[in-house]
Amino acid sequence: MHKMHNTGPGRVFDIFNHIFLAVVAMITVIPFLYIIGGSFASESELATRSFFVIPHEFTTNAYNYIFSTDAVLRSLGISILVTVLGTLVSMILTLTMAYPLSRPTMIGRNLLLNLILFSMLFGGGMIPTYLLVKELGLLDSIWALILPVAINPFNLIIVKTFFQQLPKELEDASKIDGCTEFQTFWRVMLPLSKPVIATFTLFYAVFYWNDFFNALLYLTDTSKWPIQLLLQQLVMVANTGLGDLQEASLYEPPEESVKLAVIVVATVPILIFYPFLQKHFAKGVMLGSVKG
Amino acid sequence: MENVHENKINSVGQQKKSKWSQILKEKWLYFMILPGLAYFIIFKYVPMWGIIIAFQDYSPFLGVWQSQWVGLEHFQYFFSNPDFLRLLRNTFILALYDLVFFFPAPIILSLMLNEIRLSAYKRTLQTFVYVPHFMSWVIIASISYVFLTTGGGLVNDLIARFIGTEVNFLSSPEWFRPMIIGQIIWKETGWGTVIFLAALASVDQEQYEAAIVDGAGRFRRLWHVTLPGLRSTIVILLILRLGNFLDTGFQQIYLMSNSLNRSVADVFDTYVYFVGITEGAFSYSTAVGLFKSIVGIVLIVGADRFAKKLGQSGLF
Repeated sequence: MHKMHNTGPGRVFDIFNHIFLAVVAMITVIPFLYIIGGSFASESELATRSFFVIPHEFTTNAYNYIFSTDAVLRSLGISILVTVLGTLVSMILTLTMAYPLSRPTMIGRNLLLNLILFSMLFGGGMIPTYLLVKELGLLDSIWALILPVAINPFNLIIVKTFFQQLPKELEDASKIDGCTEFQTFWRVMLPLSKPVIATFTLFYAVFYWNDFFNALLYLTDTSKWPIQLLLQQLVMVANTGLGDLQEASLYEPPEESVKLAVIVVATVPILIFYPFLQKHFAKGVMLGSVKG
Repeated sequence: MENVHENKINSVGQQKKSKWSQILKEKWLYFMILPGLAYFIIFKYVPMWGIIIAFQDYSPFLGVWQSQWVGLEHFQYFFSNPDFLRLLRNTFILALYDLVFFFPAPIILSLMLNEIRLSAYKRTLQTFVYVPHFMSWVIIASISYVFLTTGGGLVNDLIARFIGTEVNFLSSPEWFRPMIIGQIIWKETGWGTVIFLAALASVDQEQYEAAIVDGAGRFRRLWHVTLPGLRSTIVILLILRLGNFLDTGFQQIYLMSNSLNRSVADVFDTYVYFVGITEGAFSYSTAVGLFKSIVGIVLIVGADRFAKKLGQSGLF
């Protein structure tokens, strides 16, 4: 098999293929490298040099500035809070709902599964959901970023299918030992589900960290903005500086590098967890392609 | 006769009894499911009931109970409004571009990755191309702004150096669609290969060996062994995509649209947001959203039927 690759058009193709894919890989990461490099560069360097990854003159001015303002730190705090709290709520709700739905003896199981399936096909939509959140008094509360999206039905169905595949003998054995359903779930099933729990914890965490839509919809109070909404205002909505979001700006902000620094700050958590994300998300895709 | 009747009643009674004893025996299951069930009722089914405001002149002061019924007035207004055709066209063209330009991209990339024999190099490439998938749309849009803006953006610096004039990517209607599709390709092509690479890994190696014995060269093997191995994955993803044809990503479109490119940028979701949330036309925007949901459900069910007709297992 390998002999064939060394000759003729196959060899040319191999060379082209290797180079092409290297270029593709560069195109995906170079924008991030520029953003990171640029966030450590001076304003004048950003204005004069076109593309660079390593700045001539290394400075942390942009970071000093954004961490001297309340706005970025506060937004980061809110994003972390929503991510941790939201992931916790989502995992508890998803696991406790998926387990009963995975038990074949449960009465009403099919009805519930159909109700869930239907809600995946059809929903109230943006406005009725908004009005509900408003009626519940959740506008401008961080719970509005969590509760309306607490269970992802796709995740729920995959976790349910996973529980179904666990050997039935385990359940029987723990029942004979006198465990209630909940004890079986807690002591037997959950310890066996660690990989699935890890995968979906990361799914939910990335969702909450990256979510912009719910914050846009439900939060008008700028002091409750998560980092994604702050970043959007800073980069995309013209004439909004960090100074506008707090009482007094300390000094004239280095504008371009500040934008880059806030992009970095919003990106770093994802990059830190990236090795785990890559592994577990791929697993999630595979789990999802097995139908429940 | 009477005996049989009695027996029947008895067995029905017993069944009922055993049903209740079953529920009692497994009462923990029902306690456990309560929070999740409450979530679905409150946040999925109450909003579905809230759709009735599409047939009312909903006023926040009067509430759902007191608001006046107007029947299909909002729908009539929407269908006779020039906005309707504009939204339909914008959504349709974006979806079509996505299908034509983005859909094949992960297939091609995974075929190319599959030809790399050096597994360390392949893994490195994968690690690189997966990165953007995990980034939020705000980050993708921000990076796009930094690169594409006029007066300092990197891409425009380069263009200005070669052509002499800058291109107004961010605010010209003719660049909106290519920009959206370009972002999707950049963000999701790498990640899209995951499922195809898995399908490629499961292609029977003996088929390759047999093809080599038969004298098939590399491209013939690609055509006769590899591609057929991907066919069912491609078909099912294509059908899924058709089922979600109208689902243009709200976040992406919202972030990249502005007052200058709105004529081509407005799609159903962003329109509902602007008219409903920004302008407060709750009933009208709910009607628009309902129209989109109904078309969506028809597409998904249609796609499922189609899949079953093709001998696939269907979507549900």
